[in-house]
Amino acid sequence: MDKVVSLDSIDKLFNDGMRIMIGGFLDCGTAETILEHINKLNLKDLTVIVNDAGYNNKSKGKFLANSNINKIITSHIGTNPDIGDKMNSGKLDVDLIPQGTLVEQIRCKGSGLGGVLTPTGIGTKAEEGMKKLKVDGKEYILATPIGADLAVIKAWKADRSGNLIYRYSARNFNPIMAMAADKVIVEVEEIVDNGDLDNNNIMTSNIFTDYIIQSEM
Amino acid sequence: MLQIRKGEKMSQNKNKIAQRIAREISDGDVVNLGIGIPTSVCDYIPENIEVTIHSENGLIGLDKEAEEGFEDKDIINASGKHATIKNTGSFFDTAMSFNIIRGGHLDMTVLGALQVDGKGNIANWMIPGKLVPGMGGAMDLTVGAKRVICAIIHQTKSGSSKIKEECNLPLTAEGEVDLIVTELAVMEVTEQGLLLKEIAEGTTVKEVVNKTEAELIISDDIKVF
Repeated sequence: MDKVVSLDSIDKLFNDGMRIMIGGFLDCGTAETILEHINKLNLKDLTVIVNDAGYNNKSKGKFLANSNINKIITSHIGTNPDIGDKMNSGKLDVDLIPQGTLVEQIRCKGSGLGGVLTPTGIGTKAEEGMKKLKVDGKEYILATPIGADLAVIKAWKADRSGNLIYRYSARNFNPIMAMAADKVIVEVEEIVDNGDLDNNNIMTSNIFTDYIIQSEM
Repeated sequence: MLQIRKGEKMSQNKNKIAQRIAREISDGDVVNLGIGIPTSVCDYIPENIEVTIHSENGLIGLDKEAEEGFEDKDIINASGKHATIKNTGSFFDTAMSFNIIRGGHLDMTVLGALQVDGKGNIANWMIPGKLVPGMGGAMDLTVGAKRVICAIIHQTKSGSSKIKEECNLPLTAEGEVDLIVTELAVMEVTEQGLLLKEIAEGTTVKEVVNKTEAELIISDDIKVF
């Protein structure tokens, strides 16, 4: 099993109007090589699910500021003024979700759950448009699954079959998103032969990954 | 010559808040420190107190910021700054990180705010029409941590109180704040209302009351910090 592919060969996986998930917390654990590359494809009407809007003019932030993105589902955009400007001028829809709720919604999708009940956001704008439920007298928000057509994630090492290991705090959303999209492209710093990763250390199983790209960063 | 520079008073005030909050931390506590004043609480924790710092981007055992030349691109804190981790620390994914937060595994979180009020409400994530950065992890932290301490400069630059009778900015959480520490006062949120427990050296109860919009219950045993 060899899932290593060239950067150009993934172009066909991207379509206008699709939902894409992007891993990372700010620039840490973000597939910068892939994002730089797909920026050139001029995709239209994308919905992007991402923890934060990154920094303007840098990989993730630059991709998100691309005029063809229709909607961002995220927890924080404050580090990227370009995104704030686009939102304020009515060119971009933004759904702001508490970070712990966002990750649970993605986890639900990948885990076959209909949702989770979270106390986070009760009595705030985060409950707007969300169903609420009382359990044992306590109020919760029902957070329903969020999935995508494609997840673009980043790992440290992969074997050719797609087993992944993340490095330090670059793990963040990546293993959760790896389970929640129809197709998963992973950018890695190091590709090793099958058998060269210790089975004890694998963090994402190869059943979740579809394509492996060598990072150029 | 004593030279006072712009911003110096502000940073003295911020340090005073951080220094006072550090005294709230007990040996063995697991804490999460927000961006701004809360981050500098670390600088004032006595050496004989062992504290474990959680960072919502996916680590526990956060240590100091990385020195120049020793940065690792994959070790950052929640502000995006290059950081280091203690040799007893560990990394995990975001789901685990927020399980730790919501699951009641944090003894304390210290957060900055735009406004806070006598009912323990806190607003720190948006100013409608002006600033909409998003809540990030702040809503989870305020709801999940066992104790929520708000670190806040007492008044805005134009002199209005940030300690409100009722917050008028969109809330981060309802009734979750336990203690408010400003450069002038330490106030505890109680069922009866906001209890003024301590005032800063050089101020008076009268000054604190005048500069506070929320009604204060004055403790019988006011201390000075």
